[in-house]
Amino acid sequence: MTIVTAAPPPESPGAGVEVRGGPASEAIPTSLLFLGRALRTLWSNRKARVGLCIIGFDILIAICAPLIAPHSPTATTFTPYSGPTATNWLGTTGNGQDVFSQMIYGSRITLMVGLAAGALATLVAVTMGLVAGYRPGPVDEVLSFITNLALVIPGLPLMIILAAYLQGRSIWTIVLVVAFTSWATGARVIRSQATTLRSREYVTAAVFSGERLFRIVFREILPNMTSLVAASFFGAATAAILAEASLEFLGLGNPSTVSWGTILYFAQQQNALLTGQWVLVFAPGLAIALLAVSFTLVNFGVDALSNPRLREKS
Amino acid sequence: MRYRYVRRKVVLFVITLWAALTLNFLLPRLMPGSPVDAALGKLAAAGVTITNAERTAIEMQLGVPHGSLITQYWQYLTGIAHFNFGVSYSFPNETVAQAIGSAAPWTLVLVGSTTIFAFIIGTLLGVYAGWRRGKAADSVITVGATFFAGFPPFWLGLLALYWLSFKLGWFPIKGGYSPGVTPSLSLSFLADAFDHSILPALALAITSLSGWVFGMRNNMINTLGEDYVTFAEANGLRTRTVALLYAARNALLPNVTAFGLSLGAVVGGAVLVEGVFGYPGLGNLLYIAVSNHDYPLMQALFLVITVSMLVAIFIVDLLYVRLDPRVGQ
Repeated sequence: MTIVTAAPPPESPGAGVEVRGGPASEAIPTSLLFLGRALRTLWSNRKARVGLCIIGFDILIAICAPLIAPHSPTATTFTPYSGPTATNWLGTTGNGQDVFSQMIYGSRITLMVGLAAGALATLVAVTMGLVAGYRPGPVDEVLSFITNLALVIPGLPLMIILAAYLQGRSIWTIVLVVAFTSWATGARVIRSQATTLRSREYVTAAVFSGERLFRIVFREILPNMTSLVAASFFGAATAAILAEASLEFLGLGNPSTVSWGTILYFAQQQNALLTGQWVLVFAPGLAIALLAVSFTLVNFGVDALSNPRLREKS
Repeated sequence: MRYRYVRRKVVLFVITLWAALTLNFLLPRLMPGSPVDAALGKLAAAGVTITNAERTAIEMQLGVPHGSLITQYWQYLTGIAHFNFGVSYSFPNETVAQAIGSAAPWTLVLVGSTTIFAFIIGTLLGVYAGWRRGKAADSVITVGATFFAGFPPFWLGLLALYWLSFKLGWFPIKGGYSPGVTPSLSLSFLADAFDHSILPALALAITSLSGWVFGMRNNMINTLGEDYVTFAEANGLRTRTVALLYAARNALLPNVTAFGLSLGAVVGGAVLVEGVFGYPGLGNLLYIAVSNHDYPLMQALFLVITVSMLVAIFIVDLLYVRLDPRVGQ
């Protein structure tokens, strides 16, 4: 759910064209200030607050994993196929590993893949969208065609094919594959916003004052679509988390890493449901779902960031 | 002119189709390593030494193309035109085309009915949420839809399989129809197949509802602010009449364009859901192909899925002119 608004946020450099050209050091406090204000607006949205809390909690667990996890996630020292016990809170895998510790450590991989793939997809989306939106004519035609093509090709089947062909997989393979397949939606939204911003006075002024293309696109136009960029990041991160889980469940991940997706994969391989160990399926799936939901919840706040009409009165 | 719109769509469809075919051709050729290397690697890991003659034999068996890229491309295109996708090594007795042909109707029915179901329910919920914006019903619907959208469909399927089929015995456990029954168009077989499709369809439908809900809710909020809605209200029409007949009708239009695209997401979800349920469709076939490193089958499935998507989107585009005459002008 992304809402395109033409109104630039008040912090836009367009509001003060004469300020531009100052030393770069001056821009840092401004952008920090902007970030702080954005976070405050996000925090004031109830849904986004819940989302931020879940993400923060997950990040905390990922960082403190060695302190929280009671056992090593890879040690095969326990009775295999055991149900929840006092030592193994969520039971053990068929190889005798502690599932609770695996869940704790697994948050690292899932978070990293989600954030890295989301960031990479956003980078592609911003570049494609900005260039296409700012350069009408053949450049726009070609880039828009590529974007539309990427949009209509079913994502998950393409990811499966790509991952199946790439041998020697690491989690970075998954990051690349997911980023490669989930940038198109963001690119389209950013392109349409860039098209409307292109003809604004402050952009024309920048062109006439002889600014380079790179600077116009990234310093004049980009700051006016921060919320769109953020929305496409959180959207891509949600997609990345779900896609990672799917690929790893299919056995297309790296089975030697411990992540929520690989816990699901091994649970299915070892017929956890038939042996009654439904926790092995339930816990990682729930963790994945919660993280995916929290990214979507934050996106509600991002929408409110760009569209004051959507802000909650609370 | 309407013809110009249709002509543009046809040209775009043909170019996109060509690009998708070419992408499918280039993908395996751009990738590092090859199916042959993978097969040889497996043999080497098992301690088998491979002579050059054996390597050639494996290449022949896997249908590894020879000749220049241009000749390969030509062979690939003529092969597709004749529905010749090579030999699958998961199903030695069938060609890839036969395996796909027998699986396609299952997915078509499953994904088709799921999408239509999700579209109707999601749109209705979205209309209601948009109409009752800010009220309790709106919060329940939006929060609920957000949560279900975060669930991996295959996970929901696994849990449903465990509790509803395995523990409670309400639904059949695996497959698209009961073992021992031969597929036919008899009423008893269709009832049996329907029974088997309920859980996979539900897992897919629940997780794909949210797109429709949010799309429709936002459109409703926009149309409810339009002048003609205010005018209808000022005329003293009942709020329900205004919401359903004036606002919802027009809010529906943008959602229709999303119909084609949403098929892609459902097809993606169907791959794993069908795998989980052992449902005999294209998704299950892809699941098998991936587990067996069956590259010819994988390649053909990707092609079939992509082309069906393109056709679906093309049809929706054409139908859209009839729904909204403005796009043709």
